Order: sequence, then structure tokens, then C-alpha cells
Amino acid sequence: MDAPREHIRVSGLEMRYGSRVIQSGLDFAVMRGDIFVIMGGSGCGKSTLLKHMIGLYEPASGEVLYNGTSYQRCDGEARAAMRQRWGITYQSGGLFSAMTLAENVALPLTQYTSLDPRSVRELVAYKLALVGLAGFEEYYPSEISGGMQKRAGLARAIALDPEILFFDEPSAGLDPVSSRLLDELILQMREALGVTVVIVTHELASIFAIASNSVYLDAETRTMLDTGDPRELLLSSPHAAVRRFLGRGAAPGVSS
Amino acid sequence: MTPAAPGFELVQRESGAVLVLRGDWVVAAPPPSLEEVLLALRDAAPVHLALDCAALGQWDSVLLATLRGCRAWCGEAGAAFDPGNTPAPALRLLALSDAVVPHRRAAEPRAAALRRLLAGEPLRAAFAGFLSACAFVGELLIALSRLLTGRARMRMVDLLWFVQQAGPRALGIVTLISVLVGMILAYLGSVQLQQLGAQVYVADLVALGMVREMAPLMTAVIMAGRTGAAYAAQLGTMQTREEIDAIETLGISPMEFLVLPRMLALVLVMPMLCVYSDVLGMLGGAPVAMAMDVTWGQYLAGAQEAVTLTHIATGVAKSIAFGVLIGAAGCRAGLLCGRSSEAVGQATTTAVVRAIVWLVVADAAFNIVYQRLGI
Ligand SMILES: Nc1ncnc2c1ncn2[C@@H]1O[C@H](COP(=O)(O)OP(=O)(O)O)[C@@H](O)[C@H]1O
Ligand SMILES: [Mg+2]
Repeated sequence: MDAPREHIRVSGLEMRYGSRVIQSGLDFAVMRGDIFVIMGGSGCGKSTLLKHMIGLYEPASGEVLYNGTSYQRCDGEARAAMRQRWGITYQSGGLFSAMTLAENVALPLTQYTSLDPRSVRELVAYKLALVGLAGFEEYYPSEISGGMQKRAGLARAIALDPEILFFDEPSAGLDPVSSRLLDELILQMREALGVTVVIVTHELASIFAIASNSVYLDAETRTMLDTGDPRELLLSSPHAAVRRFLGRGAAPGVSS
Repeated sequence: MTPAAPGFELVQRESGAVLVLRGDWVVAAPPPSLEEVLLALRDAAPVHLALDCAALGQWDSVLLATLRGCRAWCGEAGAAFDPGNTPAPALRLLALSDAVVPHRRAAEPRAAALRRLLAGEPLRAAFAGFLSACAFVGELLIALSRLLTGRARMRMVDLLWFVQQAGPRALGIVTLISVLVGMILAYLGSVQLQQLGAQVYVADLVALGMVREMAPLMTAVIMAGRTGAAYAAQLGTMQTREEIDAIETLGISPMEFLVLPRMLALVLVMPMLCVYSDVLGMLGGAPVAMAMDVTWGQYLAGAQEAVTLTHIATGVAKSIAFGVLIGAAGCRAGLLCGRSSEAVGQATTTAVVRAIVWLVVADAAFNIVYQRLGI
């Protein structure tokens, strides 16, 4: 494909809640086909960064570019077109509780495509099967467990075969086996469909299993410390905080 | 690169039927519907189906859905399914979706609606509802008795908070409604009384009408919409977020911790709002009376003479009962709420509708009792 290698670029981003600066000076790029992990301690602003990237919040300054086009400088229509190519899962699932799982997953399909109902039904069944929820079509979100809700949220996010998948803490609330299955699924999706994946997580097992690129946000200095392949960062990051964070999982007991 | 139009063809070769897929099978430009493909399969009824994807362009999930549909058809029709030269990534994704055995929901016995009706199901449901209402009252009384013996786990700050929400914050709307209702009563009465030349009595009419009937009822209706609905929404949302489960497992009774402060706040606030509404209703009637050539002095004297403490007490007694009804309707609807956002909406509606029905019924009952007692 001749699409540009650089898929997402965050440029000079500063994020605030009111006058409180959460993070500033964020500059990094996500390559096409990357599995990009946003990592950092609790409360450092990972979810906030994700919400800025998907345009839920306006940055205090700076911008986010997709394929070289600034999301912030686009008008409403262009933004909507960009958003259609994203799939987003929310920290607590974000499923519509008044709809069955099938209706939840079918919603983007019926909204944005002219597929016939039979194909929609088959597609929904396929997406639910893909996340391990085959046969749960007629369940309501309140009737399934939290981990299953997350997977159903993922099924909805991939309904339109997005180019970019955003995850906020996908493995929180999942048992280790499902968590590994989800990692596996993410890897397969990338390989087969060439999606770019942006994940907020602090699960080190996941980070080392799937990440090809990452950024580390620091709560104290309120800026990013480093970006790159986490395996390389673990060995050679100039920042002790980054090595310490990554080292907790790689070699338990060894880190100081 | 212009997208190639998607299409399919079912051809017979010596090896068996072959489904030839052509063009781009992507969601954006919908390919032939699965229904069409299955129809073609049904017509040909092959015993062996192979796929030929040599002319396939781009593809996404819609191709996978079609493959799954065909495979399922083959499974049902007992035909062999051969993916042929389907792109390897597509097959991998397909395999990924087969990793988990489909869950089968336990089939619910689908008794016919009529049979259920004959079996008295609605009646039973109504009876169960009645029992649960009784249980609610019982639990409430137990919570109250624990409060009186000082053992209830109710936080004073909660009570004060709800009093603040239900009382001072409601003053604006209660003021507006009371003044207007007072004016309406005065208009209604004065037109009739003027025909008899008895417009002096408009004060009696407004005062008695407000104190005995309108003030308790109107404040109750306002509070049902304002506070009762809020209670249902609060508790309903807590139910959806498993907060009530958490409270229970902490060994705290939701009745004491959540329901009691809300009910008590309403019961404390309602009589005060009622008396406030009495006064403002009478004031609202005054300008109307004055327009009918009744002086301020006459109006005041008339009102004073008409209203006795007994009258005020009858109104206040009603408003206390109304407070209990509104609080119970709101809290019960919230506690029984399901776990979806729609259920919260339903709980709120139920709370308000029930409260208003109960209010009117209770008001009628009060009036009958008062009439028998001659007060
Ligand atoms: N809506 C909000 N308003 C104000 N402050 C917020 C809001 N959401 C999060 N914060 C604050 O911003 C900081 C970053 O939050 P968040 O991005 O959720 O962190 P995390 O890295 O754990 O996902 C936290 O200190 C949090 O208290
Ligand atoms: Mg977060």
C-alpha cells in the first residue's frame, strides 16, 4: 500500500482540565500497523490523552494529525468521516444498556452502511464470535459479566472494520486467560486487516506481548518522558522512571 | 484505483459447485446480499461447494460474513465446504471466530399469552407486587424503629442534605404555584359571589380552599415531580452501578441508609411547605379581591375568621401523609429498578405516576374521614 507510514501524529499537545495542566509538550508518532501503548502510572493522564486523540476534548494547544490532516482544523463533516474509520472501546464497555448485544453491534452497521438485514445479522454474529461471544446475541449488557461487556464493546468497535482501534484499559476486569485471548485477537486483527491499535494499559504482560511502540507519560513532570519500542526502552531509555516502570514486569524482584 | 464492482457466480465444474467471487467485497460498497448468495445455493443444492477468490479484490468483514453464511448453509444442507483459494488472512480471521464454542441460551418456555392469562399470571403478578409493597412498608417500619432506638445507620448529613434539596430549593416553584392557585381560586369565587353581592366572602373561600385542599395537594404534586422523581433516579442509578449491592454487602440496610433520610426529609419538609403555600395562596388572592372592591382590612379579617387551627391541622396532616406516599413511591421505584438506563427512566416515570395516583386517592380518603368527623 502506498498510504503514508506515519498514521497518527500528536504534535505539541497540551491538555488541561480548567486551568489544571494534566500533560504538556506531547510529541510522538504512531506508525501504520503499530500497536501503540500509552503507559504511565495511575492518574497521569492516559485516558485524557486518549480522549484528546479521539476528539472528545479540545486540546489547550497543539493538535493531532491523522494521515497528515489535523483533526482540530477539520470541520464537522470531515471530522465525522475520520471518526467513522475509528473503533473505540471505553473503560467500562460503553454499551447501550437498553439494547441487546446484537443491536449494539448492529447499530454502526445500520447507521453507516446500506447492508441488507440478513448480512448485518451474519456480520454481527461473526463479530461477536470473533470476541468469543458467539450465541450471546440476544443478551442485554446487564445480563453478562464485566469482562464480557468489554468484549462486546470491542465487537461494536470493530463492526465497521476500523483503520484505528482505540482501547482504554481493555484488560482491566478480564481474567488472565481472556486477557491473553484479547491480546491474541488484537495481534490477529492487525495482521489480517492492517489496523493500527492505540491502547491505554498498564498491564506489563500485555505491553511486552503486543506493543510495537509506546509512549510513557509521567505524572510528576506532567509530560512524556520517552517514546519507542518498550523492549528497547526497558534496556536503553535514558529515563530511570521509564526503565523502572517497565522493569517491574520483565524482572520481578530485580528492579530497585 | 476505482473499486471493482463486487459480484458472485455459482458455476458447475467437474469437481462440484464453485462459488466465484469477483471485485471488492467491502462494507462501504455493499456486495450482493447474503440472502442472494444463499438463494443461489438453495437453487443449485450442491453436495460440494468450493470457493474461487482469484478475481477477488479488496475485502473486509462483509466477505467473512458471507463465508460464514455459506459455510453454515453447507453445514445444514450436509454439503462439503471447501474454502479453496480464499485469502489466508481471511481464513485465519474466520478460524479465530470459531475458537469459542457458541453459547446456547436456555430456551424459556414460551407459554402462549392467553394460556398465561388463564393461568392467572397477571393476577399473581399483581399479588406479588402487593406483597412486595407490604414488605417495603414493613422494612421501612423496622428501619424507623431502629432509628427511634438509635440503632439505625442513617447519616445526619444525608438527612440535612435532602432537607435542603427538598425544602429551600423548592421554595421558588412552590411560591409561584401557590400565588397563582390563590389568584385562580379568588377569580373563580369572586365571579360567583359578586352575583350575590357577597364578594366579601372571597377571603373565606380562598383561605379555606388553600388551607384545606389546594396547598397540601399542590405542594405534593410539585414534590412528586421534583423530589419523588429525583429519588427514583438516584436510587435507580445506584442500582445500575451496583452501589446498592455494595451497601448491602457492607452489612448496611439500604432502607436505613438510603430510604430513611429521604423519607424523613420529605416528611419534615412537606408540612412546612404546606403552611408556606397557605400563606402565599391567601396573599395571591388578595389583589383579585381588591379588584372586586374588597378592602385589604376586610380580606384579612375574613381570612382570619374563617381559618381556625383545626383547618390548618387538617391540611398539615394531609401533607405529612402525602410526604410519606411520595417518598415511598420514589424510593421503592428506585430500589426495584432494573440495570439499564431505560430502566432508570421507567423507574422515574413509575415513581411520579404512582405518587400522583396515591395522592389523589389519599386526598379523597382524607376528605371523607374529615367529613364524617365533622371537621
Ligand atoms: N473530567 C475531569 N475533570 C477534571 N479532572 C479530571 C477529569 N478527568 C480526569 N481528571 C484528572 O486528570 C488526571 C488524569 O486523569 P486520567 O486521564 O483519567 O488518568 P489515567 O492515566 O489514570 O487514565 C487525574 O489527576 C484526574 O484526577
Ligand atoms: Mg484511565
